[in-house]
Amino acid sequence: MDKISQLLKLLEKTDYLEINEFRMDFDELELQLAPAMQRIMQQAVQQQAVVKQASEIESLEFTPPVQDYPGEVAEVQLGAGSRKPVFLGGQKALYRFEDPQPNPPVVTFDVFDIPMPGLPRPIREHFSDVMDHPGDWAKKAVKEFGANMVTIHLIGTGPKVMDKTPREAAQDIEEVLQAVDVPLVVGGSGDPQKDPVILEAAAAAAEGERCLLASANLDLDYRMVAKAAVDYNHAVLSWAITDVNMQKTLNKYLMKEGLTPNDIVMDPTTCALGYGIEFSIDVITRTRLAALKGDQDLQMPMSSGTTNAWGSREAWMKNDDWGPTDYRGPIWEIVTGLTMMLCGVDIFMMLHPLSVQLLSEIGSTFTKEYLSTDVPDISNWITELE
Amino acid sequence: MQLTAMDIYKLLPKTNCEDCGEASCMAFATKLSEKETQLDLCTELESEAFTELEAMLAPAVREITIGTGDKTVTIGGDEVLYRYELTYYNPTALVIDIADNLSSDEFQERVKTIQGTEFERIGEILKLDAIALRNASGDPAKFAEAATKLKDTRFPLVLCSFDPEAMRAALEKVGDEKPLIYAVNESNLEEMAALALEYHCPLTIFSPNDLEKMKNISRALRSKGIEDIVLDPGTFVEAGVGDSLDDFVMIRRLAVEERDEDFRFPILGIPALTWLYEKDEVQGGIREATIAATLMNKYADVLIFHGTSIWELIPVLTLRQGIYTDPRKPQAVDAGLYEFGDVDQDSPVLMTTNFALTFYTVEGDIKGKANTYLLVLDTEGRAVDVSLAGGQLNAEAVADLIKETGVEEKVKTRTLIIPGLAAPVSGEIEDESGWEVLVGPRDSSAVPGFLSDLKEKS
Ligand code: B12
Ligand code: SF4
Repeated sequence: MDKISQLLKLLEKTDYLEINEFRMDFDELELQLAPAMQRIMQQAVQQQAVVKQASEIESLEFTPPVQDYPGEVAEVQLGAGSRKPVFLGGQKALYRFEDPQPNPPVVTFDVFDIPMPGLPRPIREHFSDVMDHPGDWAKKAVKEFGANMVTIHLIGTGPKVMDKTPREAAQDIEEVLQAVDVPLVVGGSGDPQKDPVILEAAAAAAEGERCLLASANLDLDYRMVAKAAVDYNHAVLSWAITDVNMQKTLNKYLMKEGLTPNDIVMDPTTCALGYGIEFSIDVITRTRLAALKGDQDLQMPMSSGTTNAWGSREAWMKNDDWGPTDYRGPIWEIVTGLTMMLCGVDIFMMLHPLSVQLLSEIGSTFTKEYLSTDVPDISNWITELE
Repeated sequence: MQLTAMDIYKLLPKTNCEDCGEASCMAFATKLSEKETQLDLCTELESEAFTELEAMLAPAVREITIGTGDKTVTIGGDEVLYRYELTYYNPTALVIDIADNLSSDEFQERVKTIQGTEFERIGEILKLDAIALRNASGDPAKFAEAATKLKDTRFPLVLCSFDPEAMRAALEKVGDEKPLIYAVNESNLEEMAALALEYHCPLTIFSPNDLEKMKNISRALRSKGIEDIVLDPGTFVEAGVGDSLDDFVMIRRLAVEERDEDFRFPILGIPALTWLYEKDEVQGGIREATIAATLMNKYADVLIFHGTSIWELIPVLTLRQGIYTDPRKPQAVDAGLYEFGDVDQDSPVLMTTNFALTFYTVEGDIKGKANTYLLVLDTEGRAVDVSLAGGQLNAEAVADLIKETGVEEKVKTRTLIIPGLAAPVSGEIEDESGWEVLVGPRDSSAVPGFLSDLKEKS
């Protein structure tokens, strides 16, 4: 808001005659008159304050602590061509009482190009019938579990896994593209030599579908990944390991290769609950605050590899003293993702249907206005609870 | 908005008399700014300067103790909105509810469960902090009777009733233990305020989704001289959770950034409300933990639970441990040679790093389960794969560690068992140290099994 409209707003609130007259004349007023008005305004406001003190000691007014942010998060579109698009980011404020998020957080289900014998049992249970075909796997995630997106991890391309060729990777991508109409994240095997080659082949196979290529980082040929994204119209996941400065550097490099903030999603690394989640809390909070304060190298939406949670022993290890893993596992994934979401993360790579559901339920409130939801009467909870 | 040592120093006597135990007034000021000493240790302060400093040093969120003697829990005390700016103080108190209309057996069983709930993680025993007695019967006599029964537990209490008569009846029995009174609202304000003053107990304001009303009640209580206040802006567990989050964040922002005196108090959330809508034990537990984690992430200082399943509490306890670790302290243990169980010259030798999480995880896995030596390498507090990637875990450092600890005089073996993740440097360690290297399992939980297999083979 500029000064003049601020004044105008103040004027509306006052009920003093002389001020009202000023207001009527306002349209004709020249800008240079503003200081004079401001002085009068100040007087009026001061007078009002005095009135208030005398008459309203019992009933104080509450003003929500809303802040102004000079910066905003870029909006990234994923999915185009034959996909239903999904939008990430676009926040102009930190919390919804300041300004609701334009887009709710998004969940993308993990799907693999190989049957993944190592997945935890609570997950295998849901997908064991489709694990031989990434297309079927993706279809089930979307149809039965309401996935907004699907991440196809090309683990099988790893030289020590199955060493699948770029051609085979492209075929897997085509299979998944045929099976579902949601946007895709395409992940490599984690091999720094092979990933750029694989991602390039996948990008070509999915030309125009606007996938998220995961990922570019400083340990591999990020230029090749960026070029594939620019050439075939995709977005890039920019991955740094819990280090805001490393993230800035990488983003700058990617932008030099022709990507814009609307083509980049950041992965500041998700350390799981109990395994350094506090490092991620700090880094993600600082990254989002920097974006809103105007740091143009960090104004991109963020992603969380929430499935890291399943690596925590409390999620998978059998131990009678801790109760069944069937419950511990999903909670570990929810709490990990939720914590990241509350620090500002926009897109979550997840595995378990229940975790996805609960995270999405809370995330969907981020786009609503404060006090716009019907809430139940909880004033008798002390006696109502069973 | 944080207070600097210089701000404090200006008001100190500047005599450097050392009575406070510090070498100089400046040193004392530095310690005060870091909350590492207490103002009243300075013997030379005039009362005016003392009052001024006391107000300056008061945390943005008032620190409140519930309970007395060895049954206490302290909440609040925070200074910042984000933990990286300083640290968070006083971990969220986790409280379990208990109804006053349970049968005698059920009541005792529940108390036993609450007392017995604990979980060890990174060398720390994580436990619950208090019991919330709920006046579910609506009967003052029953409430008082149940309160009396709780006198024998090791927990401080939260007394939950909106009925001043019931509250008085319970306070007559346990008021001397300084329970947290829950709660005052518009309709019982005068009576509850009088009870809080009479029994010197902290008092909770319940004002669901209405911060304006909360502010007015807070002001009214403060004008009566009540200082220990806790704020419950209402916990909504379904679509309303967005409002609860907004309310929690606004309260804390007003306290920290605007020093709004009416909101500078700890916040209370009630994940237990999940069970009003969800009766399934598993779904309810998962949802309750989810709501608890949500509110704990956004400033809850007290949380009241209904579920007591260990699988639901472990993630919440773990989250609390993470959020409340002090980011200023290195997460490291001393490097060197550690012994577990009965060791002799034939015992195996393992190696790990001195990152606290790594060390305590490994310790938890071998303590009482294996007799072994453990070499702990100084990786500046980094995990195995992190220090491998960063270079702190390297062959030369390991060889030096073997020499410096004198382990070669203690054991006959010249075989070092390293973490599975350290496999890439196994050859180099062999070359550098002259020891044979055996690559162990990736996760240390498999170490006891691995060691007994080794023993069988030899
Ligand atoms: C948190 C974290 C960080 C934190 C550090 C936290 C810390 N104090 O260590 C920070 C942000 C500082 C960090 C920095 C870096 N990190 Co980092 N980080 C992680 C993360 C997310 C978790 C590590 C952790 O805490 N593990 C938990 C502990 C308990 O595990 P652990 O020590 O390995 O112990 C287990 C086992 O090894 C075994 N074990 C332990 N001791 C023993 C002993 C015996 C005898 C046996 C048998 C078993 C055993 O059991 C334990 C329990 O399971 C991992 C990814 C991940 N999820 O693992 C990446 C990760 C380790 N980091 C990585 C990298 C690359 C880095 C950096 C080099 C990034 C950079 N380019 O700057 C820096 C290096 C910093 C340095 N050393 O100077 C990579 C390493 C890749 C690789 N293998 O080469 C990882 C794997 C992420 C990835 N996928 O790329 N990191
Ligand atoms: S006791 Fe007070 S006056 Fe004496 S050195 Fe300490 S701070 Fe300074």
